[in-house]
Amino acid sequence: MKPLTLRRLLWTCGSLAALLFVVIVLALKLGAVPISVTDLVMSLGRVAIGRSDRLPADYRLIVFDLRLPRILLGVMVGASLSVAGAGFQALLRNPLADPYVLGVSSGSATGALIALMVVPQFALATPLGAFLGAVATIAGVYLLGLRDGNIDSTTLLLGGIICASFLSSIIMFLMTLSSRDLRGMPFWLMGDLSTPQPSELQWLFFVGLIVGIGAIYTTAADLNLLVTGEREAAHLGVEVTRVKLVVYVAASLLTALAVSASGAIGYVGLLVPHAMRFLFGSDYRLLIPTSALGGAIAVVAADALARTIAAPTELPVGAVTAIAGAPVFIYLLRRRMR
Amino acid sequence: MSASDSPTLVAGRDAIAPSGEIPRLSVEQASYAYAHQLRSAPMFTLGATSFQARQRELVAILGPNASGKSTLMQIISGALKPLSGRVLLDGVETRRLDARTRAQRIAFVEQQSPLVFPATVGEYVLQGRHAYGRALHLATEEDVALAMNALSQVGAEHLADRRMDQISGGEKQRVILARALAQQPLLLLLDEPTLHLDIGAQVDLLERLRRLGEENRQTVIVVTHELGLAAEFADQVVLLHAGKCLRVGTAAAVYQRELLEQVFDTPLEVETGPAGRPRVSLRSRADRDRAGGRTM
Repeated sequence: MKPLTLRRLLWTCGSLAALLFVVIVLALKLGAVPISVTDLVMSLGRVAIGRSDRLPADYRLIVFDLRLPRILLGVMVGASLSVAGAGFQALLRNPLADPYVLGVSSGSATGALIALMVVPQFALATPLGAFLGAVATIAGVYLLGLRDGNIDSTTLLLGGIICASFLSSIIMFLMTLSSRDLRGMPFWLMGDLSTPQPSELQWLFFVGLIVGIGAIYTTAADLNLLVTGEREAAHLGVEVTRVKLVVYVAASLLTALAVSASGAIGYVGLLVPHAMRFLFGSDYRLLIPTSALGGAIAVVAADALARTIAAPTELPVGAVTAIAGAPVFIYLLRRRMR
Repeated sequence: MSASDSPTLVAGRDAIAPSGEIPRLSVEQASYAYAHQLRSAPMFTLGATSFQARQRELVAILGPNASGKSTLMQIISGALKPLSGRVLLDGVETRRLDARTRAQRIAFVEQQSPLVFPATVGEYVLQGRHAYGRALHLATEEDVALAMNALSQVGAEHLADRRMDQISGGEKQRVILARALAQQPLLLLLDEPTLHLDIGAQVDLLERLRRLGEENRQTVIVVTHELGLAAEFADQVVLLHAGKCLRVGTAAAVYQRELLEQVFDTPLEVETGPAGRPRVSLRSRADRDRAGGRTM
């Protein structure tokens, strides 16, 4: 018997954090203007000791004003989508749950878009609208999936897919009607990291990310039991109603933050928790932090690919995650049906 | 691992235990009803039921399908609020216990549910220690020792590193029991644990439950369809039929041919075995017809 120890937890997360750092450095290097790794590491070192004024101006512009904010946004988006996915998977007891597949991302995008059209002068309205959209969609999909008081897996997924497609048409409808510039269609439907965020929203995102992941993490041990069944979890001492509420609100919040910053990037919440389960086992105490780090790695890497694969043209990052995610989803679905 | 050795447990247990006079479990006029819709008339799923059980006692709840057995178990466990009456465990209403305390005093093994994400046997049994954990619920050495002890009590310590989806049905049933034992409960509830087991495994399980109840000073309550097993192993039998509690008592007192035939709707033969315990066997319908039809 090898129960989870603090040591293993810290080692695993530490190694993934190191890997994330390497991926960030590589992503800083990749792009239209070539920059050597040595230069990068040197300049990062200079920034770390507070001597950033010694850097050449154009270099600073490309690395620290263009690439780094985008990469950090990718880190936050990836972490929040993956943890939201892991949370929804436990909440719905369904390994195929993911904010995008369940339509929550589209609901969130719809909410954000409506907020953007109704109160454009109010910066906080977008994330708030995205949150309300996410909460309403997951509640709706849950009710669609309910059969005789139990969640029916197939109905739930169908409900989610139908919601996603319905909400996507609402998004297209709204964008066609609106004369304002509301970022591009690919942003809301596929997800894209190229639009810069106002810095106060970046801070809001960062705080929300920490709160959301922290809240889900407090329930990690309970989630291990919840996936075996709600009644069983209750018999083993889990306060089921409280845990479900925490995960529901926190996972919706994380989705909303990600979507309001980067649109509806698909399959990250599905792919990453599964990869982490495969690598480190299904214990949620390990799965939540590894998903956060793994999600950050995945989105930063996918975005680096999206920037370079057809350079100088940039693909939306959602196109890259969907190309990787859809086949895995089909594989998991088929394995489940067998 | 006597349950009362744990320092985390309440004082009430030892205060009452030695006398053996005050019952550990007391079900007092508990009933349950539900309505399909808010305004429609309630459907009774369980009429007022009362019985008491001491520590080390094994009680069998018997009855055909839809007789209210599982409902009664849910009420005893505190998961369902009874419509009337109450259930006391060492003098405290089970319904009023918070989730954590309840899990430290009552272990409930329900009919099996599928595993969504596979775990190893060891991890699974450690889940029984959840109600004793703090913050991240990382297992302590004591938790691991208690889990291994629980596995050895069911004779499954060799399975600890196997995966739950790779062991047989009988092994799984024993592992599930081990998880319940790891909770160190005062009261062990099992809903149809013998389902899907062959007769050898059924007898093995009931013998084990008897012995564990003795060793751990636990009260064990088992829901079963198996009249023969209940007669052989239970100290007390609670007979339910169509949501009514018909009889409570020793198997010898409850097992009357006419009563059982009516409840289970089939011709039966009841004899008294050498130890004074009744034995039930099936009688073919042809025999009964020859004997002049059913007596009721």
